[in-house]
Amino acid sequence: MENYIWLIPVLPLAAFVITLIFGKWWIKEASHWLPILALAGSFGLSFAAFLQIRGAEEPVVVELWRWFSVGSFQVPMTLQLDQLSAVMCLIVSGIGLLIFIYSVGYMHGDGGYYRFFAYMSLFAFSMLMLVLAGNYLVLYFGWEAVGLCSYYLIGFFYHKPEAAAAGKKAFIVNRVGDFGFGLGVMLIFVTFGTLDYSGVFRQVGAGGASDGVLIAIALLLFMGAMGKSAQFPLHVWLPDAMEGPTPVSALIHAATMVTAGVYLVARSAVIFASAPTALLVVGAIGTFTAIFAAVIGICQKDIKKVLAYSTISQLGYMFMALGVGAWAIAIFHLMTHAFFKALLFLGAGSVIHALGGEQDMSRMGGLAKRIPATYYTLVAGALALSGIFPFAGFWSKDDILGSVWRDGQYLFWAVGLITAFITGFYTFRMIFLTFFGKPRMDEATGKHVHESPWSMIVPLVVLAAGSLLAGFLGLPGRLGVLQGFLEPVFAPANHVLGIEEHTLTAVDYVLMVVSVIVAALGIVLAWFMYVRRTDLPALLGHRLRPAYKVVYNKFYVDEFYAATVVRLTVDGSRWLWRNFDEKIIDGAVHGTAWLWQQAGRAVRPLQTGRVQNYLLGMFAGLFVIVTVVVLL
Amino acid sequence: MGATPTEMPIPVDWYLYLSAALFIVGAAGVLIRRNLFVVLFSLELMLNAVNINLVGFSRFHENLVGQNFVLFVMAIAAAEAAIGLAIATALFRNRQTLMVDLFDRMKG
Repeated sequence: MENYIWLIPVLPLAAFVITLIFGKWWIKEASHWLPILALAGSFGLSFAAFLQIRGAEEPVVVELWRWFSVGSFQVPMTLQLDQLSAVMCLIVSGIGLLIFIYSVGYMHGDGGYYRFFAYMSLFAFSMLMLVLAGNYLVLYFGWEAVGLCSYYLIGFFYHKPEAAAAGKKAFIVNRVGDFGFGLGVMLIFVTFGTLDYSGVFRQVGAGGASDGVLIAIALLLFMGAMGKSAQFPLHVWLPDAMEGPTPVSALIHAATMVTAGVYLVARSAVIFASAPTALLVVGAIGTFTAIFAAVIGICQKDIKKVLAYSTISQLGYMFMALGVGAWAIAIFHLMTHAFFKALLFLGAGSVIHALGGEQDMSRMGGLAKRIPATYYTLVAGALALSGIFPFAGFWSKDDILGSVWRDGQYLFWAVGLITAFITGFYTFRMIFLTFFGKPRMDEATGKHVHESPWSMIVPLVVLAAGSLLAGFLGLPGRLGVLQGFLEPVFAPANHVLGIEEHTLTAVDYVLMVVSVIVAALGIVLAWFMYVRRTDLPALLGHRLRPAYKVVYNKFYVDEFYAATVVRLTVDGSRWLWRNFDEKIIDGAVHGTAWLWQQAGRAVRPLQTGRVQNYLLGMFAGLFVIVTVVVLL
Repeated sequence: MGATPTEMPIPVDWYLYLSAALFIVGAAGVLIRRNLFVVLFSLELMLNAVNINLVGFSRFHENLVGQNFVLFVMAIAAAEAAIGLAIATALFRNRQTLMVDLFDRMKG
């Protein structure tokens, strides 16, 4: 296993380099083959590694070469494979592979076809590096690299000003979080003298740092996680990121990259477990984000924006689980969410494709009969997202709510339950607006509606099967295959928190039934408002005008940032430009030039141009020198 | 070399006085005169002042190296005069004058 782990990330990297160099002139329309084959290779190797790592007590660590070697600062380039990274590798390469195949149909005929597949390969490489990293610096490398790919791909349609702006926004907002993450990594090195996972965790377990330092490290790492996983208040970039092509939204901004923050917290479980205050912050932020984003999702008109806010909300659930130390369950929800959210995005992409680029749900409707394959798979995804038995989302979401209840965080639990209701409502509002009722698009578009090509339908069907079945990997209690598989990774953290293995009780069954009923109520309400009484939404919107406006405008968070942080930065920068740069820096440069110009002007008359004058000067000089030498 | 013990040799100081006088005249000419030809002549005077100096010391030390050196100086002076006159001709063709103080194109 040590021999081939490095190939898992390197295969997509090779595909990226070759596609980028030769794509434009040689490979052109066949640019998808190399990235797809490379990622399939990564998937195969990940699967082999997954089988071999099963039940192993210790992670496999491979040191490729010494990366930094400066005095006591020694950082090797290490890859580490344990159960957690094996699961993440499978998700990234597996979901990625399906989305690559889907993109063949979706991106067909785009001018930047080769560029798209090159960047997607680079993303796969970066994400695999992130999950396979053996120390915090390699993790940081992967972390920044996925951010870069995200920027490239959000701004893929760079000729559109909104897309370019969204790319910049994502990059800058992430930078805020990454700043904290970077400080966290430095603090880890200063405190423990190493960045290797095993070394750091061993020292944390042995009580090698004071509580305050541990809380600081945990919160700084969580700041990075908040940026990458779009948690309040750093969530503003994710909805805008929907400007990218739909497969990008599916792979990067729903299924994999945004879960990097969840992975980071789960990876550092020992640190967080030893800093309960930080753990509480993680849970609180996650819970608040879950309901906050779900509420915004109710009022969105753009089909992709609805999904974007649901992603933020589901990531909030994952952090809620991490906040009560349910590490394996957070990873379980990450996995099921990867399936159904990729499915929902790709299905939405199929709808958009059928309507020739229309994303506004108020101009959809009545599509169920026209594009049946898309309709059925999308409904499967929606049921999974709402958490309806027996779809994947049911198992993972109820595991989260159950573990929150067991931990005694009843407030988190109540908020999570309300969020489940809202989730059912907005998800099926989307389904009903898209597929039911009368068609609301104009006639030309309506005639043009067509089912997507097989390369798009096949991934949808596979993902729908995954959304239906993936939940059975993580049945609650002792039955959970995934929880058992991840046990060796999280055992130290669970030991710190004193979490025992849990057997199912009557309470768990009651909780499950309650949450399914609540989600179903949300769906029924959506049906009532958007199928039965279609006049109700407009009426309600009119009655509750102020509340509707606030939610529709996403609680004015963007406006708040524009008026405070952005405004301050821009005004401050302008002030510095006018006063510091133009006056002091430029002033110094110009002043130096002026000084020498004046000096030159002063001595210029000496240069008469007459040879005899110069000669006289030479004689005079000679005379002086000789005089001095002779007399002294 | 032809000095006999009965004759009174010319003291070396005299050579030096003559040489110094000639050198100063030449230097003054180079510095002051406006005509390029006169400047060149004055330059020759300076060179010959040096020659006299060399010959005088050669005799004083009874060593032929100094006179040997004078021959080289004369050869160089001839070459210098050829180049100097060529430059003067070229200058005159361009500027129709040989007044040195008018050649001040390099004024700062």
